[in-house]
Amino acid sequence: MKTAAFNLSGQGVFAQDVPALADAIKASGAEIVLLPGTSRVRRCAGAAAMRAGAQVDTNVVSLAIDGETATAQRWLYRQRILVTFSRAARPWVVVTDPSLFDEICAKAGATPAALDPAPATSSRTKVNGLVAAGGGGESTIKPDAKLLFVAGAGWTKKQADGAAHLDDAAATITGFLAKSGASLGSSKSLVDMPEAAKAFSFMSHMNQVGQTGSTPRHAKGLATCCHGEEPHVVGWRFVTERRAVNLDANCGWAQGKADVLYVADAFEVMKKVNELL
Amino acid sequence: MGKPLHIIVCGSLVPDPLQTLEPVETPQGPGLKNEQMLPSVLDPWAACALYEAAALAKSRAGSKVTLVALGPKAKLQQLMMTVAQKAPFQLVAVNAPAGGFTDARETAAELAKAIRSIPDLDLSSTLLFGGCASASRDAGVTLQFVAETLGIGEFFMAVDELKLADDDTFTVLERVEGGQYQSSTCAGFPAAVGWATGSLPEPPNNPQTGMMNMRGVMPALMKAPTANVGAGGIAYAKAEVPAAKRDTVVKKDMTADAIAAEIVEWIKQ
Repeated sequence: MKTAAFNLSGQGVFAQDVPALADAIKASGAEIVLLPGTSRVRRCAGAAAMRAGAQVDTNVVSLAIDGETATAQRWLYRQRILVTFSRAARPWVVVTDPSLFDEICAKAGATPAALDPAPATSSRTKVNGLVAAGGGGESTIKPDAKLLFVAGAGWTKKQADGAAHLDDAAATITGFLAKSGASLGSSKSLVDMPEAAKAFSFMSHMNQVGQTGSTPRHAKGLATCCHGEEPHVVGWRFVTERRAVNLDANCGWAQGKADVLYVADAFEVMKKVNELL
Repeated sequence: MGKPLHIIVCGSLVPDPLQTLEPVETPQGPGLKNEQMLPSVLDPWAACALYEAAALAKSRAGSKVTLVALGPKAKLQQLMMTVAQKAPFQLVAVNAPAGGFTDARETAAELAKAIRSIPDLDLSSTLLFGGCASASRDAGVTLQFVAETLGIGEFFMAVDELKLADDDTFTVLERVEGGQYQSSTCAGFPAAVGWATGSLPEPPNNPQTGMMNMRGVMPALMKAPTANVGAGGIAYAKAEVPAAKRDTVVKKDMTADAIAAEIVEWIKQ
């Protein structure tokens, strides 16, 4: 089976990337075309496949080619149901999870070629550049970090003295991130809070993990002040080792969602962790 | 002030995320156990698109929002009881199966057909909104297919912010890698925007808005055409829920010092 793989990196515009990618799919003559699910590819792969007369599937996590048969796997319902499927139609554009692209290409015997669409097609869209999310400081999202540190809404709650300590919470969280090199995740309830948006300027909706957030792949994950409800935990599907600190011994993390649950005050524990680090 | 906008939002229902989902084999292919009984919600990203559309329409006089929803009619009716209270919109409904196992191409073709059937559709003043992906199929291509079918040549993916200027240009922030946004400016309409979470909270229920919307919602549901949307060319071999339950160790009686020491040791391993 003839396979081809393309990579599109950097910044791009839909109106220019779609024709370039459609032409590359057609010109390759490949039955299966592999693409990494980067933001640029996800913006144009569907329309490009349509223009090239190809079928397309995204978020593919494995691809097995046996003679003329190709079988793929992907998740449905936000990492809740794993399906194994195939398509008879060719060409078939398979957009992989970006972290698995090289591995899937190697198994399929395809060497990725870089696509660099020339701005030949006119577009009404002009790229202004990149903007940092959140407060504009150093990014707290680090896909390559070994540890994911997730902050929940509990960081904004009133403490023993009857008052919320948002500045203290922000200092503890950023202190831990600086010392551990961890990537910062958040529950939806925290990033949705207006008071958190002001105090935690290093955090934005892009940090959100779960049903309407990301599904990061880190070796370890530490959740703090977060109840471990199902819509949040679906974002932890690919986090291998999971620990949580929460005051509620019956929270979601205790229901088979974490390896270890420490029933304790995360404020106190994380300050001690920072001291030790 | 620019011309009035017509914002068309594509969005449908998904099972409530708190429900347990179990795949089963049906005569039509794979599906969910007790699918008809599962409580549904408006797809979360499509909901963000709807709230952003309502806010944008409110900011420009004469603008309107149309929600195009494809799903089983009875479930759509139930869903509208809550969604209709969130923001003013007109409904265009398509009675068809909606779920993770259906094909994005077939769904998009029916959505595009429904959009074309909107009276007085003028693409030159139209913004096509939707979620950047669904919480069911999670393919992230349906809105692109709809845009492509309608001949909309500007598309933005995973958008968190759209700022509209009086001269009809608008600037969007699209999520890209590494916690950054790609900022782009588009000169005019039409354009398609796949929303991420945006920046607006879920609006509170407004019974007046709900009653006003329901006057149009019920007739729209009554005349919703039935479409045959299925798995398309996909042959499913297996659908499974992997065993994900862990043997959680709950540590209740440790001091903060002891927990911190254990966490630090674990991080450093």
